[in-house]
Amino acid sequence: MNFDYSEEQQLLADSVRRLLQKDYEFEARKKTVASKEGYSPAIWAKLAEMGLTALPLPSEHGGFGGGAVDLMGVMEAFGEALVVEPLVPTILGALLVAKGGSAELKQSILPAVAEGRMKLAFAHAEPGSRYDLKAVKTKASGAKLDGAKSAVLGAPMADKLVVSAQGGGLFVVDAKQVKQQAFATIDEMRAADLVLNGAEGIPLQGGLALIEEIADFASALACAEAAGAMKFACDTTLEYLKTRKQFGVPIGTFQALQHRIVDLYIAQEQARSMACLACSKVDAAESPTERARAVSAAKIKIADNARLISQEAVQLHGGMGMSDELKISHTFRRLTVLGQLYGDADHHLERFASL
Amino acid sequence: MDLNYSQEELAFRDEVRAWLEANLPQDLRQKVADYAHLSKEDLVRWHKILAKKGWVAPAWPKEWGGTGWNVVQRYMFEEELGYVGAPPLIPFGLTMCAAVLLQFGSEAQKKRFLPRIYDCDDFWCQGYSEPGSGSDLASLKTKAVRQGDHYVVNGQKTWTTLAHYADWIFCLVRTDSGEKRQEGISFLLIDMKTPGITVRPLILMDGAHEVNEVFFDDVKVPAENLVFQEGKGWTVAKYLLGYERMNTGRVGESKRQLAKLKKLAAPMMKDMRFRDRLSRLEVELMALEITNLRFLDRMRRTGQPPGADVSMLKIKGTEIQQGVTELMMQALDPAASDEFSISIRKRYLSTRKTTIYAGSNEIQRNIIAKMTLGL
Repeated sequence: MNFDYSEEQQLLADSVRRLLQKDYEFEARKKTVASKEGYSPAIWAKLAEMGLTALPLPSEHGGFGGGAVDLMGVMEAFGEALVVEPLVPTILGALLVAKGGSAELKQSILPAVAEGRMKLAFAHAEPGSRYDLKAVKTKASGAKLDGAKSAVLGAPMADKLVVSAQGGGLFVVDAKQVKQQAFATIDEMRAADLVLNGAEGIPLQGGLALIEEIADFASALACAEAAGAMKFACDTTLEYLKTRKQFGVPIGTFQALQHRIVDLYIAQEQARSMACLACSKVDAAESPTERARAVSAAKIKIADNARLISQEAVQLHGGMGMSDELKISHTFRRLTVLGQLYGDADHHLERFASL
Repeated sequence: MDLNYSQEELAFRDEVRAWLEANLPQDLRQKVADYAHLSKEDLVRWHKILAKKGWVAPAWPKEWGGTGWNVVQRYMFEEELGYVGAPPLIPFGLTMCAAVLLQFGSEAQKKRFLPRIYDCDDFWCQGYSEPGSGSDLASLKTKAVRQGDHYVVNGQKTWTTLAHYADWIFCLVRTDSGEKRQEGISFLLIDMKTPGITVRPLILMDGAHEVNEVFFDDVKVPAENLVFQEGKGWTVAKYLLGYERMNTGRVGESKRQLAKLKKLAAPMMKDMRFRDRLSRLEVELMALEITNLRFLDRMRRTGQPPGADVSMLKIKGTEIQQGVTELMMQALDPAASDEFSISIRKRYLSTRKTTIYAGSNEIQRNIIAKMTLGL
């Protein structure tokens, strides 16, 4: 038993954190999210240069064969800094290709992803499907796809999309073939609704089992990212309690507030514990059931604690917590989305109890 | 990062588990499983079985009978005790008084008391709380006045767990009523057979007699029973507060209770409202266990004592214990009047104490606010 990152994992997380502290402070990020692209190509290039897009890919295609634990420290740093670059959508798409694609397809996509030249997105959810992974209506006639996909994260900047179809079908589609309605999510990520309209795809193997595996992987990364965002929320709120004065004293001297921030710290520690569980089980569970149980348990705790911490952090900041000017209100939005992404607490309670 | 125990750790756990299976007397195990009353004889009997094996005080230095296990092994051992459902090891002598003596006691005190604590020849209780001094412990009033080679003690302790079983009590007493109240406190060991001590039961809402009032009326205590220096009792008490108690969350015990709850509540699982509450509780326990292991791992690496982390484990651990008993009671047939059902209802009543004793959960939050968050 040990909860340490390996030396490589720690070094990577530290260098990502250093980059973000230098190039991703809050004002710079504001410019990025307001830009037309919705992300910074310069930052993307630096992240790729650090090997983040290559990290989870197989070594025979230019990757490092890493897992969720290898990405965990990076995701925590992303959560602290509220990174909007589409690393996770690209990784999810690339893993689907790596696990389900032909040798030729892998060779045409994965090295380009590893080098940061190609971005991907995973188009799965559909209008009304909510969190049910099986509720896919998109039809595949041969390689021709018809249907609609909703809120596909990273689609507006993706070069290729991995699109799911009825019965666990998976296809790689050129993004240009698909009609996109792009928008910014409440947490300032870019996403799009898609109409497939006969777009032609290259099929992947793997079916529903692969989709579930990738959804669990994505959930584990979301847990780690949420743990990072929660850490920022707690730290910045604590700082506020120590500096904000009312009635002539720092408001952190009031016991009513002390007990509340203590509860947030406890919630944050628990969340981090569950992120450790989720990441290590998606890497090394003995069965899909063990993996699913751990991920759902983690997602329940993360969803509950993300809500608690984000709401309380804003409340303890008073009016300032509502202000767009302060980062905490952006962390609030990110935590709200992460609590729901890939299934909210109710969804995972259902799944946890059924396993 | 590897959340699984290593092969060596698993082998250790299996050894402990197999030994417990073979050596925990069936009648004691049954009593614990039935939530039946445990007599002093029951508690002492189990203590002596572990003492004979050499496992009753793993955390002590080896020269006094410790096992030399590392923090993870000690934690695993305690969790196994909880998981198998062994009678509790009463901590007042084994973990509390012993820790104080090992750190602050004279050689003579160690030689006199530690072996008898180890073998449970002396049963200890703790004299901290007083009628006017609960969370504000430093306001305690029980007075000890030095007269020659004795202290004369007058006053009252309350909520004294198992004082009616005890041969000895360790007390915080006031030896000086000067301005700085913490500086007037001393740590005194008192023989319960000394004339002038009266023990009166306090019956709690579950009907059980576990805690007592203890009255001291001109009780003569030899000065050699003072631990550390006069006026330094608060230092001793604070040391004990931060002492390594890594099983504070009682994960093993709660796992056993949760398994029991699941069996008991099987017919309720169609009710989504109930099922979701049970699932959330199970997830809480998973989060507590991993958090506990993370703290242990950090302790093992840094060699630092856990400090305020223990407070977090206490808060979450006791909330979970209460959550389990609440759901157990809810899962019962409301009309059932069999002995087991009644004992579960009583246990619900009794478990409310867990968030109050050993430093209420509000005091634990104060500790975290001050020590961890610097507020």
